[in-house]
Amino acid sequence: MAKPKVATASLAGCFGCHMSLLDIDDRILKLIDLVDFDKSPVDDIKEFTGPCRIGIIEGGCCNEENVRVLRDFRKHCDILIACGDCATMGGIPAMRNTIPLKECLDEAYLNGPTVYNPQKILPNDKELPLLLNRVYPCQEVVKIDYFLPGCPPSADTLWQALVALLGDKPVELPYELIKYD
Amino acid sequence: MNDLEVRVRAICQAHENNRTRLMDIVNAVQNEFGYVPGCALDAIAKECGTQRVAVQSLVSFYAFHSELPKGRHVIRLCNDIVDQFQDVQAVADAMVDEAGVPFGQTTPDNLLHLEWTPCIGMSDQAPAAIVDDVIFPRLTPAKAKALVKALKAGKSCAELAGRTGDGNNSHRLVKSAVHNNLRLRGDVIFADYHPGSGLAKALAMSPAEVVRDVKTSRLRGRGGAGFPTGMKWDFARQTDNRNKYVICNADEGEPGTFKDRVILTECPELLFDGMTIAGYATGSAHGILYLRAEYAYLKAFIEDLLAKRHKKGLLGKDVAGKTGFNFDIRIQMGAGAYICGEETALISSCEGRRGDPKNRPPFPAQKGYLECPTIVNNVETFCCAARILQEGPGWFAQKGSKGSPGTKLLSVSGDCEKPGVYEVPFGIQLQDLLEMVGADHPAAVQIGGPSGSLVGKAEFNRTICYDDLATGGSVMIFNQKRDVLKIAMYFLDFFIEESCGYCTPCRVGNVLIRERLGRFLNGTAESADLDYLTRLGTTVKFMSRCGMGQTSPNPVLTTLKNFPDAYRSRVKERKDKFQPTFDIGAALVDSQALAGRKSVHF
Repeated sequence: MAKPKVATASLAGCFGCHMSLLDIDDRILKLIDLVDFDKSPVDDIKEFTGPCRIGIIEGGCCNEENVRVLRDFRKHCDILIACGDCATMGGIPAMRNTIPLKECLDEAYLNGPTVYNPQKILPNDKELPLLLNRVYPCQEVVKIDYFLPGCPPSADTLWQALVALLGDKPVELPYELIKYD
Repeated sequence: MNDLEVRVRAICQAHENNRTRLMDIVNAVQNEFGYVPGCALDAIAKECGTQRVAVQSLVSFYAFHSELPKGRHVIRLCNDIVDQFQDVQAVADAMVDEAGVPFGQTTPDNLLHLEWTPCIGMSDQAPAAIVDDVIFPRLTPAKAKALVKALKAGKSCAELAGRTGDGNNSHRLVKSAVHNNLRLRGDVIFADYHPGSGLAKALAMSPAEVVRDVKTSRLRGRGGAGFPTGMKWDFARQTDNRNKYVICNADEGEPGTFKDRVILTECPELLFDGMTIAGYATGSAHGILYLRAEYAYLKAFIEDLLAKRHKKGLLGKDVAGKTGFNFDIRIQMGAGAYICGEETALISSCEGRRGDPKNRPPFPAQKGYLECPTIVNNVETFCCAARILQEGPGWFAQKGSKGSPGTKLLSVSGDCEKPGVYEVPFGIQLQDLLEMVGADHPAAVQIGGPSGSLVGKAEFNRTICYDDLATGGSVMIFNQKRDVLKIAMYFLDFFIEESCGYCTPCRVGNVLIRERLGRFLNGTAESADLDYLTRLGTTVKFMSRCGMGQTSPNPVLTTLKNFPDAYRSRVKERKDKFQPTFDIGAALVDSQALAGRKSVHF
């Protein structure tokens, strides 16, 4: 029987959760025994090759591209995990949510104290995905099956959750792994 | 010291600078100035030896108190669900049109202030409003317009009250346009009663015998919870504290309830007899009648009766000639807070505090008002007790149904021909009641107010009693044109507004429930939301601190149970894999406008 497939993506996140996944150290060899990676920065596969067992999402949605990718994950993955605080709650990027979009752009590209932009150009190449009015945590956009809190969730947390899900066991993380203070 | 401070000081001194009478002091300041200004807060705190924050927190708690001036006349229009279905909005629009300011605002000349208020106990004559303690029932847009116009022309509310209603509503101290709508007199409350007769019988017995009789009658509390009255009295009787209190809960705030209004208007003597009997039975010398602010129009009338009872020797020292039994009753006015109908919150309010519920145990019968043993009973319960002592416990116990002896006053409102107060024996079938009141194509009936349950046609064969459909008296009838989800939403809004905010399940839980219920109304619900509502509702019920929080999810839980189709028919499963509440179009509007291009993906 073919190995189950796992896909991952970083949306409006910092790749910290992916780094944390790499922190499982030598267990990555065991992981390769357990699963194949489909669309993921780990193997640089850009689009889904087929249905996947598990999708891991880092980051929330700040632009239309994030929304497209997230929906693609929902379509292809049996189980979707929101991984880390940005995916579950919006995190740092959501700090802009109380400020109108135009003010954010003006501050970033025109008025900020370190900005040098004599021609007053706001980036607007058609290749650039359009920003959303605010940053959405993943479960506001699509249905999410599991939430792993943490900034980032530790390697042990990720590892135990993955092993449990792949083994069809309930995800019962000990308190130490989901306590952050 | 400025003039205002002098006047505030005088008010405090009239109440002996008593911190526990802060409600009366603040009510008096509010009535005199139309608001409680900041310097008054300081003056009251200083006079009564408390902190400004204690006074301010009280003022901020009650709907009828205000820290800002609100205009000379405050028009409070009732927005209860029954009023809404009688098109109170048209009445409101007429008021706004004539006054020139929207609800929540004061006219620039500081003459009028418009605001919404929850049920004022006039559901049988909705839509209704209170202006300066005067009730204006059965409003139409034309009447509302004329009212505002006359107020603008400088008329007083008393002049505008209109033709007085039936019975004691036309008494010189009431003079109210309210109608009793007393549709059915039963054997217990609205039977002929000679004032003092039940009391005389009680005083001929020992207190223990009185309690025994009340126990034998199996009388249960009429406010809704149904606690055995005799047992409560016995608890208080057995405590050896010298100061004990008897409190009558006339804070009839459960939407759709107005039976106490009719008792207080038509047979208050029966109530006073009952309270005095309770005082005798429990060994208490102090009675407090907690009267809701909405019924302030009855205050002068009741005060006059109390004074007359004093003259007749039915109150005061050696009541009715019984040496050593002293009993007095004072009126404690509320100030517009539903939660004060909950007995521990009511006690807090009587003590001159915010109407915050207290932890139980200790129960009030052990430690209540000012830490003294206190019994709190409903108006109707005291009336039953007086009749039980007059006619004997056996007479009472054989009425009604097995587990629910006696009669019950029902306040019937909504879609029916004859709304009003009905005194029926317990155990009456809902179907029979609906026929009696001339219900118009009833599709749903809310029994027991928002904290009770909404039942559908399939359950019209159920009976009204403690063991089946329990109610404090509220029966609201809705025909098939009414949307049960809108009803549930209104009640939920009501609870959110009235929550004291102390405990998280009630304060936060109900807001989350409202958000999710809102999805059914705006077409973004999915089937998983049904389960969410059930789970969250159960949690709020289980985890809340007082009776209000514990019943606050009932509008949603009972409609989910009894009207599942009303929910299911509104569930829309989306095919695009997005959450039903996610609107990608709306999320991109700003960005598309700023960038001047359309999304390539959506």
